[in-house]
Amino acid sequence: MTKRDMRKPVVIVDDVSVTYTVYATGKRARGRLGKDGLVAKKSSLRKIRAVENVSFTVYEGETIGVIGSNGSGKSTLMRSIAGLLEVESGRVFASSRPTLLAVGAALMPNLSGEQNIMLGGMALGYTRASMTNSVDTIAQFAGLEEFIDLPMRTYSSGMAARLRFAIAQHKDHDILIIDEALAVGDKQFRNRSEARLREMRAQAGTVFLVSHSIASIRETCNRVIWLDKGKIRMDGDPIKVTQAYKEYMDSISTSPEH
Amino acid sequence: MADTIDEYAGEHGLRRIGTRPRLGNYIAEAWRRREFSWTMALLSRRSRHARTRLGVWWSVLLPLLQSMVYGLIFGVLLGSHRSPDFIPFLVTGVFLFTFVSGSFSAGALSISANAGLLRSINFPRIVLPVSAVVEQLLNLLGTLPILFVVALAFDLSVKVEFLLFPLVIALLALFGLGVALIASRLTVDVRDLSKLIPFVTRILFYVSGVFYNPERLGIDNPIIVGAMELNPVYAFLSLARGTLIAGSEVTIFHWIVAGSWTLVLLVLGTVYFWRAEERYGND
Repeated sequence: MTKRDMRKPVVIVDDVSVTYTVYATGKRARGRLGKDGLVAKKSSLRKIRAVENVSFTVYEGETIGVIGSNGSGKSTLMRSIAGLLEVESGRVFASSRPTLLAVGAALMPNLSGEQNIMLGGMALGYTRASMTNSVDTIAQFAGLEEFIDLPMRTYSSGMAARLRFAIAQHKDHDILIIDEALAVGDKQFRNRSEARLREMRAQAGTVFLVSHSIASIRETCNRVIWLDKGKIRMDGDPIKVTQAYKEYMDSISTSPEH
Repeated sequence: MADTIDEYAGEHGLRRIGTRPRLGNYIAEAWRRREFSWTMALLSRRSRHARTRLGVWWSVLLPLLQSMVYGLIFGVLLGSHRSPDFIPFLVTGVFLFTFVSGSFSAGALSISANAGLLRSINFPRIVLPVSAVVEQLLNLLGTLPILFVVALAFDLSVKVEFLLFPLVIALLALFGLGVALIASRLTVDVRDLSKLIPFVTRILFYVSGVFYNPERLGIDNPIIVGAMELNPVYAFLSLARGTLIAGSEVTIFHWIVAGSWTLVLLVLGTVYFWRAEERYGND
């Protein structure tokens, strides 16, 4: 926070760390299957640091790309920015509550797509009446008209992600975080959603895009953050950061130990 | 340094994310989503039996079948407390107890059962246990016609106290909500507790006078009698029986017991649940 930017900040991430506490079985899958192999020795609490002392400020009009290898803490960081995950230390400030779109399980697996649209919209704060009017539009956006009366548990992960994106895009968000959610759709859907994203950005919205696709990051973002083992490794110009990231990835994939 | 960030954020109208709102705002926000709780209860009730032929009718049939089993065991086979009003006594007990145990277990599971929703959308988490209790209440309301028929069949008059019956149910609903709120956070804090749900339910079933009248058991140990009288579930069952069954009475004492428990559990439950708001859906 030494140099004060004259631009208007939208999101401030201040020294955020997130630690997961998980139960470790104390036994490795490939461990001996001897007398104690099948019996978990001691289940112990294990702390995993997913995000470590991350700080950055996002200014109005920025579209932030977030890159990093699997397990680098991207999704964890995004979920804490969205307020869906409690941080261990540090703070997040934002001009309005960010919305996260991520690939994941169905909202309510046993309910139909249509019912999921209704409930999802109402959880976002819409009234029942307005959702009744919007169900068809949302189903259409997701391209799921024929499947809309099937339980969501029967959807493929791509279909589920399309539905979730379609529900979320129904609302105008000032701050939107997209975690790989667009990667699963087909080309048509991607075009539709990218158009919608451009529209949201034009309304002075801030977008975070987590992706493994360097091309789509370069295309849509004007700033890129590279996370590595829970820490920021680089933050800045998209071309420079993605270039460095690519070189780094190439170097580890050709190194003899991998 | 921290202060400067606070100032800088405040200057530009940024608010902290991931902290719970104040209790008043929280309740107001939850109240604004009441339609959501209601719709969710309706839909999940329908989907729960979606793959069965009888569908929602199961929510009526199961307590009825249960009453029959207990009636057979305790009324006919053991026949210990056979009195003319045993059937309406038992049916009232089983139907109302089904609501209490349902609120307890559905409330306890309401957070983990909706992980998908919790991980993607921000909303006051309290609407989940609320909706679980509303669903149980709908089930209870569905069984009431049977209860009335049974009560009438054994005693062809309607008591004046019957006018109080809706009040008993309304208070019971709030009691169920209090139970659900506490259970839902407890199982999030200590997941092992979810394993104890059937066990606790069973104990509660045996100590709440669902299928026996403690006054007729001839227990004279003052501690046991006192504990029984202070048991809120027993108080609710007694109140409901008092409004329906000729030989039972509605007593002020049971109103006080039921009312106090409801008030305490509801206030405590709301605050207790709210205090962990940012933790739900963390895993």
